[in-house]
Amino acid sequence: MKIKVFVTPKKNVLDPQGVAVGHALESLGLKGLKGTRVGKVIELELEGADTPQLRVQLDKLCRDLLSNPVIEDYHYEIAAG
Amino acid sequence: MNIAVLQFPGSNCDQDAFHLFASGLGVPTRYVWHKDTHLGDPSLVVVPGGFSYGDYLRCGAIARFSPVMGAVREYAERGGLVLGICNGFQILCEAGLLPGALIRNSSLEYRCMTCDLAVEEAGPAFNTRLVGKRVRMPIGHGEGNFRIDDAGLERLESNHQVLLRYVDNPNGSLSSIAGIRNEEGNVFGMMPHPDRAFERFHPSQDGLAIARAVLALRFPEILKESA
Repeated sequence: MKIKVFVTPKKNVLDPQGVAVGHALESLGLKGLKGTRVGKVIELELEGADTPQLRVQLDKLCRDLLSNPVIEDYHYEIAAG
Repeated sequence: MNIAVLQFPGSNCDQDAFHLFASGLGVPTRYVWHKDTHLGDPSLVVVPGGFSYGDYLRCGAIARFSPVMGAVREYAERGGLVLGICNGFQILCEAGLLPGALIRNSSLEYRCMTCDLAVEEAGPAFNTRLVGKRVRMPIGHGEGNFRIDDAGLERLESNHQVLLRYVDNPNGSLSSIAGIRNEEGNVFGMMPHPDRAFERFHPSQDGLAIARAVLALRFPEILKESA
């Protein structure tokens, strides 16, 4: 199965990278831009099945390592195959 | 008295930190490798600057899980003194040994310069009487922008946990915070480099007062030796 973990800066945390990218998008002619946030995607390939226990483990790994809960939010998608 | 300086793959201020304590203060100092699980009863653990594990994922995120950090956590929980400088500060925040987090500088630039810092009244050993009202130390970082939620910031301020503030904020840190301690007062972290401020050819020798202030809480004799 394939797991995609999305990590984004928390809404109320300043995202200097997002602000800079937003300015660049506007300078390239994008109109009406209301916000830009830059995060990261972490792709995992894993053997086994999507179980509640796996999700408990994934949540812990996301909180402990893949994101920093002080400044970031995360969510993940699990796809078969 | 003996000082343990940690070494991670990618640490690059480990030797500077070593010499601050070994040459600057004349205290026996040794390195502890990131794979070691024992610290060997140090008086102070220094988590040095650099780019541990390439700063992959987030600065300090991977170092936090290295074997030696388990020993540092136990040592800190027993009340042992810990000082994190630059990347070391980031590692201590990631490890939850200090509150808050350090994100990309608001300018998006790596800032390498010497900063004036206001010393705060942050306890019986770290205060303006022992350190001076102002110190000058170099910084060199791209992720030194200190962030914490409102309640956390209020706790830092009301508990007098802020050690140093930038006079001219170089990175966008909340309340110009350059360094903090934990609530218990045994874990210290700062972005400026006392390890680049003690030799005659450095921009200042204020790093010595910082190093003494961190040690003085448990080892007040360090103040007499240097007087």
